[in-house]
Amino acid sequence: MADSKKRVPMNHVIGFILSLVMTLVAAWAAIQSDLPVTWVIIGIMILALLQAGVQLFMFMHVTEASSGNGHVPWNMMFHGFALAGIIVAGSLFVMSFGHDHGDTGEHQQHEQQESEDHSGH
Amino acid sequence: MHITDILVTGEPIIYGAMVSMALVGIALLFILTYFKKWKWLWSEWLTTVDHKKIGVMYILSALLMLFRGGVDAMMMRVQLAFPDLGFLNSQHYNEIFTTHGTIMIIFMAMPFLIGLMNIIVPLQIGARDFAFPYLNALSFWSFFFGMALFNISFVIGGSPDAGWTSYTPLSGAAMSPGPGQNFYLMGLQLSGIGTLATGINLMVTILKMRAPGMKLFHMPIFTWSTLVTCFIIVFAFPILTVALALLTIDRIFGAQFFTLTGEGLPMMWANLFWMWGHPEVYIVILPAFGIFSEVIATFAKKRLFGYNVMVWSMIVIALLSFLVWVHHFFTMGAGAFVNSVFSVSTMLIAVPTGVKIFNWLATLYKSKIEFTVPMLWSLAFIPSFILGGVTGVMLGMAAADYQFHNSYFLIAHFHYVLIAGTVFACFAGLVFWYPKMFGHKMNERLGKWAFWLFFFGFHVCFFPQYFLGLDGMPRRLFITNVAEWLPLNVISTVGAFGMGLGFIVFVYNVYYSFRYSARETTGDSWNGNGRTLEWATTTPVPYYNFATVPYVDEIDPYIRMKEEGKTTFEEDKVKPIHMPSYTGQPFIMMAFLGLASFGLVFEWMYVAVFGLIGAVFMMIRRSFDYDDGYYVPVEEIKRTEKKARGL
Amino acid sequence: MAAEELKTGPLEYRTQEGQMGIMGFWIFLGAEVVLFATLFATYAVLFGRTADAPLPSELFEPGIVLVMTFLLLTSSFTCGLAIHEMRRGSVKGLILWMVITLALGLGFLGFEIYEFVHYAHEGATIQSSAFWSAFFILAGTHGLHVTLGIGWAILLLIQIKQRGLTNVTSRKFFIISLYWHFLDVIWIFIFTSVYLIGMVI
Repeated sequence: MADSKKRVPMNHVIGFILSLVMTLVAAWAAIQSDLPVTWVIIGIMILALLQAGVQLFMFMHVTEASSGNGHVPWNMMFHGFALAGIIVAGSLFVMSFGHDHGDTGEHQQHEQQESEDHSGH
Repeated sequence: MHITDILVTGEPIIYGAMVSMALVGIALLFILTYFKKWKWLWSEWLTTVDHKKIGVMYILSALLMLFRGGVDAMMMRVQLAFPDLGFLNSQHYNEIFTTHGTIMIIFMAMPFLIGLMNIIVPLQIGARDFAFPYLNALSFWSFFFGMALFNISFVIGGSPDAGWTSYTPLSGAAMSPGPGQNFYLMGLQLSGIGTLATGINLMVTILKMRAPGMKLFHMPIFTWSTLVTCFIIVFAFPILTVALALLTIDRIFGAQFFTLTGEGLPMMWANLFWMWGHPEVYIVILPAFGIFSEVIATFAKKRLFGYNVMVWSMIVIALLSFLVWVHHFFTMGAGAFVNSVFSVSTMLIAVPTGVKIFNWLATLYKSKIEFTVPMLWSLAFIPSFILGGVTGVMLGMAAADYQFHNSYFLIAHFHYVLIAGTVFACFAGLVFWYPKMFGHKMNERLGKWAFWLFFFGFHVCFFPQYFLGLDGMPRRLFITNVAEWLPLNVISTVGAFGMGLGFIVFVYNVYYSFRYSARETTGDSWNGNGRTLEWATTTPVPYYNFATVPYVDEIDPYIRMKEEGKTTFEEDKVKPIHMPSYTGQPFIMMAFLGLASFGLVFEWMYVAVFGLIGAVFMMIRRSFDYDDGYYVPVEEIKRTEKKARGL
Repeated sequence: MAAEELKTGPLEYRTQEGQMGIMGFWIFLGAEVVLFATLFATYAVLFGRTADAPLPSELFEPGIVLVMTFLLLTSSFTCGLAIHEMRRGSVKGLILWMVITLALGLGFLGFEIYEFVHYAHEGATIQSSAFWSAFFILAGTHGLHVTLGIGWAILLLIQIKQRGLTNVTSRKFFIISLYWHFLDVIWIFIFTSVYLIGMVI
């Protein structure tokens, strides 16, 4: 680690400034801006993921070769976050019961047809 | 509070159980005192960090739980065959099917497999012990106290009665007041901590402590199955931890997660439970696949066909296992799109599983099969498991599931996969590695009796249940005096007693073999057919496992070693071996946590807080504990090895 | 267990035990990701189910939450500096930055406790609705992790005073730094998906 000889670790400082900036941007987008809600949500979630990346790669040394642990830390984080996505998105998907996505007339028609089918039996 | 307030009263069967438990307890105390075995118990077992001894304790506990869960099953079968007899009342029946399911999955199947992993995995990869031996002891004791807590519920406080899935709102505080459901929540929580720790421990062990030269794709297939299983454990068990905690908070602290008031969402419990629950069934089946693969390769005397494909299919199964959970509650009322997605992902799992079946058959093809007891269990597994698997695909079709759901068709399906898969594998693995654990084989003749009784009993018991299900008999039903169901129910009960008889013969065989079996003289117990490193050590295995760890650069390394006359004792290469010291801390720490959980069950907060403080104190002690273990001197290793090898 | 010890590289990676401990902790963090993901999923599903209790948009205050976020972000940075000092071999620097980290963590906890008490006064408790149960348990689990982390770090500070920098103590500090950064990662997601989104909708 050439970095450990230095008095001030530049990558830590850069990471810190980056995370401060991203936090402020996210807060501004959510509280002050007039952007559409969907875009705000997508935007701040991306910022959160980037910040998590800053922590993992710049502070937590997730890919440090001298650890002797190969790809394992990276692998666990990758699968953990992938699974986190599955758990959150999957739960929302399942617990919506598939009834409230799409608020167009088409959907209602479809439901109506379904209930007719049922009454036909 | 009076003692009769917490003891279960008014049930003759439970009084009988109390008396017999008290008698067994007194007998144990007497034996330990009379033969002056207390010190031995403490210093050899309760404080051990040796993976082999911990494994033995896991397997003993699992056999005990197989007995308890089996007795529950028999009682249910008696009730169903003679519904007018009044053998059980409805409340007792509810409690019994709940404890049967929970015990068989959490306290029988998992510890049995984890016990086998404990003993065998370090031996297969050439390791001296686990990566974290202390943590391993901690895991065992957390399982043990969780198990004890769950099992005392039927004499103290009353058993849980909302099914092993513990669906809300039934299992919530409003509809199930009292300690019963709390026993379920705290017992599972406590043992779940241990399971997660074991998962981490085994993963690090396998990833970091393999013999020099052994790449991941040189590992024995059982070790591979363990690695994949641990991956699932690490990512699935936290979901259970949270689900249990949320329901506990609902019940004890009045939160509204799964309630009908406060806009809670009871189906969210089902969602969380099965997000853990489905991976859980792969946690208990993948190691079983690993065991069958080892046994089949050994007694077909051939290298496992398609090793790489076998590994990859396990990995694919592991990844898919997180994407199918909704098929357990297709009838919740979700729309066609939600159900279709999970229907498709469910059926996808049949593909890698089918690949594995064909690979086992291809391994057997044109081989000289030796029909030993473990091989019989493995051969019986293939057709039986296919019956379970195919009916699983039927259940996976969401539209059809509206017919099958919660009928005996489902019961038959999952008993076909869990018994023919997991239980057969537990028996196969135990018999197969028995000589490694205890220094003698199990008697083959008695073993075959146990196998055939259990095998026929199993099919007679569960095959009729498919038809009972198609005839409309729902699960968890206590009065079944419908004329069309009765004959099949009687047949099923006869089969269940056949399985019970098989189990009794199996246990008798343990005693019989201890008395009469020839002691092992070599480490390679099965007529020199051992293929992997666990057979390269002497029997019984010395506590440091390997005097010298061989260099490994292929699958089945022991075959080459035998050809070249190499052993795990190369005298000039012996170096002092670093070993961890025994400690009573894990036992005490988990006893405190067990006490805390017991306090929470009855909502006695001062007991809970006291237990928690004790556990935290033990953790702080551990943090300041810099005991670095000890070194086994070269002289002692040489002396032990020479004696064991008759040099 | 190899007794061999590498002669170069960070102290915490030099022995097999050190490497294994750190790998084990990474795997544990993988499990923690899933643990929090389950809490996030519960929160997301129960979002909007406030029953008769106040709405989150009525109670959430951007000011306090931003201060809490900056406290935790800064503590994560100082924790990184502590490990940097440790790798330079400076026990003094390690202790100094670690104490600052803990002070910031305590500040964070103080604000969180104030926040919870304030919400409870406004009629939003763990018992008042499904949404508030999910909120308190999600944020509270994170807060509990911070509390445990502070207690744990104090134990390690005592140990470094007693023993100085060794393979073992540096491994322990490295692991707690992973834990601390990880809590920051979780907080970023709580900040974003609970507070910011709660204020948008």
